[in-house]
Amino acid sequence: MGRYVLRRLLQMIPVFVGSTLLIFLMVNVMGDPVAGLCGERQCDPATAARLKQEFGLDQPVFPQQYLAYMGRVFTGDFGTAFNGQKVTELMATAFPVTIRLTVVAILLEIVVGITLGVLSGLRRGRPVDTAVLLLTLVVISVPTFVTGLVLQLLLGVKWGWIRPSVSPDAGFGELLVPGLVLASVSLAYVTRLTRTSIAENKRSDYVRTAVAKGLPRRRVITRHLLRNSLIPVVTFIGFDIGALMGGAIVTERIFNIHGVGYQLYQGILRQNTQTVVGFVTVLVLIFLVANLLVDLLYAVLDPRIRYA
Amino acid sequence: MRGTAHTRRAAGAVAAVVALAAAGCGGGGSAGGTGGAVLSSSWGDPQNPLEPANTNEVQGGKVLDMIFRGLKKYDPRTGRATDMLAESIDTSDSRNFTIRVKDGWTFSDGEKVTARSFVDAWNYGASLRNSQKNAFFFAYIDGYDKVHPAHGKQSADTLPGLKVVDERTFTVRLNQKFSAFPDTFGYPAFAPLPRAFFTDHAAWLAKPVGNGPYAVESYTKGSQMFLRKWDGYPGDDKALNGGVTLKVYTDNNTAYTDLMAGNLDLVDDVPAAQLKNVAGDLGDRYLNTPAGIIQTLSFPYYDKAWNRPGTEKVRTGLSMAIDRRQITETIFNRTRTPATDWTSPVLGPAGGYKAGLCGRACEYHPDEARKLVKEGGGIPGGQVRITYNADTGSHRQWVDAVCNSINNALGNGRACVGNPVGTFADFRNRIGRHEMTGPFRAGWQMDYPLIQDFLQPMYYTDAPSNDGKWSDGDFDKLVDRANAETDQARSVQLFQRAEEVVRDHMAAIPLWYQNGSAGYAERLSGVALNPFSVPVYNEIKVR
Repeated sequence: MGRYVLRRLLQMIPVFVGSTLLIFLMVNVMGDPVAGLCGERQCDPATAARLKQEFGLDQPVFPQQYLAYMGRVFTGDFGTAFNGQKVTELMATAFPVTIRLTVVAILLEIVVGITLGVLSGLRRGRPVDTAVLLLTLVVISVPTFVTGLVLQLLLGVKWGWIRPSVSPDAGFGELLVPGLVLASVSLAYVTRLTRTSIAENKRSDYVRTAVAKGLPRRRVITRHLLRNSLIPVVTFIGFDIGALMGGAIVTERIFNIHGVGYQLYQGILRQNTQTVVGFVTVLVLIFLVANLLVDLLYAVLDPRIRYA
Repeated sequence: MRGTAHTRRAAGAVAAVVALAAAGCGGGGSAGGTGGAVLSSSWGDPQNPLEPANTNEVQGGKVLDMIFRGLKKYDPRTGRATDMLAESIDTSDSRNFTIRVKDGWTFSDGEKVTARSFVDAWNYGASLRNSQKNAFFFAYIDGYDKVHPAHGKQSADTLPGLKVVDERTFTVRLNQKFSAFPDTFGYPAFAPLPRAFFTDHAAWLAKPVGNGPYAVESYTKGSQMFLRKWDGYPGDDKALNGGVTLKVYTDNNTAYTDLMAGNLDLVDDVPAAQLKNVAGDLGDRYLNTPAGIIQTLSFPYYDKAWNRPGTEKVRTGLSMAIDRRQITETIFNRTRTPATDWTSPVLGPAGGYKAGLCGRACEYHPDEARKLVKEGGGIPGGQVRITYNADTGSHRQWVDAVCNSINNALGNGRACVGNPVGTFADFRNRIGRHEMTGPFRAGWQMDYPLIQDFLQPMYYTDAPSNDGKWSDGDFDKLVDRANAETDQARSVQLFQRAEEVVRDHMAAIPLWYQNGSAGYAERLSGVALNPFSVPVYNEIKVR
């Protein structure tokens, strides 16, 4: 197990380097960021040159800018955004908010998604199952921004149950609705995955054995059926952690949540290399770690899966 | 709920204790916070650090307008420059100015505003070392080329053209005649700065200190700023409310939704998607008033195809092929006004706005348009490609509409197409590198309400915003004469003659004047937008 973890950690290095380099090149391919800094007018050449020097944009992108950047990243310096704030400062305000939002979303996925999945999986073909299937179909086919705007309009403006925008503190309570919107599509997938998996395993030998042993129904479902059925679901949720954090752009914009999505959006709009690359680098790391954790969880869920 | 009740009761108790203590001391003075209620307003994250000479967009400018007062101030209604901190500005030759600062003004940290506050601030703004984006505002001051050379190292730290005479007097020497120079002093770049700005810059940026009707109470970058009425403000434009909370919104749609739900008092940018509903939603609490912004189509004069003799006929023809009225009504819901000159209605007739100066060339005459384009030798390259940035400002809609209008008028379905560019930075980048092959979108927001600001920066030879590199000797001469003219009316006349040169060559096609828009909650009154499309915060009353 230890060697496996070590190997996986080593594998992360090329993935990390490759993805950051790609992002770095992609942001820079859009052209000179300083050109947009002065608004509709031309920056005067002397100031533009000085700004480029300040942000290190006067060097060739590869390898000088990239190497210098990576060198600084390893000392914890992610550079400065165009508005003069340290990117690490932006991260310190943005990540906690988005992590809270992701936690809400993931919890909703786990609790609501798996519960619905188990219910419909056990009652396959019954009205409950059909209803859940229809509901998830609707959720999957409607784009997130539509769900978000409709919920915002109904709950926020028409009925006044929530505030349409989230305050800068962004506490868990305020993030419930945005979290639901963010989770909605994945939640539907989790439900469907669980349902299929449960329905399949319900007829397997070990469940029949467990029932034949006279185990109570509850124990059969939680210890035998669910544990084995959750493997694909856990994979999906683990993968989803990274996807949700990066994909929060739309939801955060609708509910005015100042998290990672907001900073990324601003960074891309202003072509702020330092912000975009910094945030994406951290997101890549989170993604890699989440994937590693998923793989490790396999072993916990199913002892048959042994790693060298 | 219980929590709020508790805190309110606690606060009440504290207030009572304070009141008792004050009464006990027998002090008659009013104890702070006389301004009344605080309002909340939508805000966008400023793009640059909040320094007066480094702020070139509306969001940062909004704050500077609240926390700073300069030598002059632009009247929120007429746009005229009136003396604020300036006691007198004297000149005999439109080149050497002696400026006397009023007595009794201080920054909100108690420091006196002196001549030095201005000279230091202007030197800071002009110095290349500080890479201030608005440094060029000081370009008229003598010695600018030494502190901000176009190439090479800067050879001086301070502008030789600025001299402190005594505590309240300083002199400015310009490198050319510019009679309207004092009228530019209302621009935030010319604001005075306290010593704290220079001694502890980081702390100042975290919580800016100025001399305006409001003081910054706290500032959380990227999310909100609390501004409170500054009770010690000596000016006559004191805040009529207790303060303003500026809340950053990523999306103006969310701000509008918040206004509808009663969580926000003022939105100063009604989203295009809501313009259809706004009359029903807000009634007369919706403002749609002209601002000093004009949209034009510029041409690449560095491209020979657009610069050969006869193309002025093509450009005039294209201008006549655009149905401005229909586009402003259908696409912009009347938040734009068809342009009939190259300035803005906010200048007023005395300031240089002349309705109809463009004449027939800015009206929709499809037959004449077809004829003119033909006479001019046809469209260079056979097709007009209007370049714009697709990331912000919903430019796609109007560019497509303009192209449709041109195609219909010319009877050629392929005469005009839009040419989107991904980001604003890339768009500006291509313009800067002179890579345009056809007309491109240009928007001009005035820096100060002067006709000079609508003409010189864009059409003077090699001027900073002359993105198309248009150049005309007659125009330049007229502008020089207008700048040297001390009589304002005659100066304006000369500028208008220069504008006629722009018209005769159709140097850029004027499209429409942009309005500022705002919507506000029922508890506000006295809401108005100034000519810069920024709410006049200090005049807003909160019920």
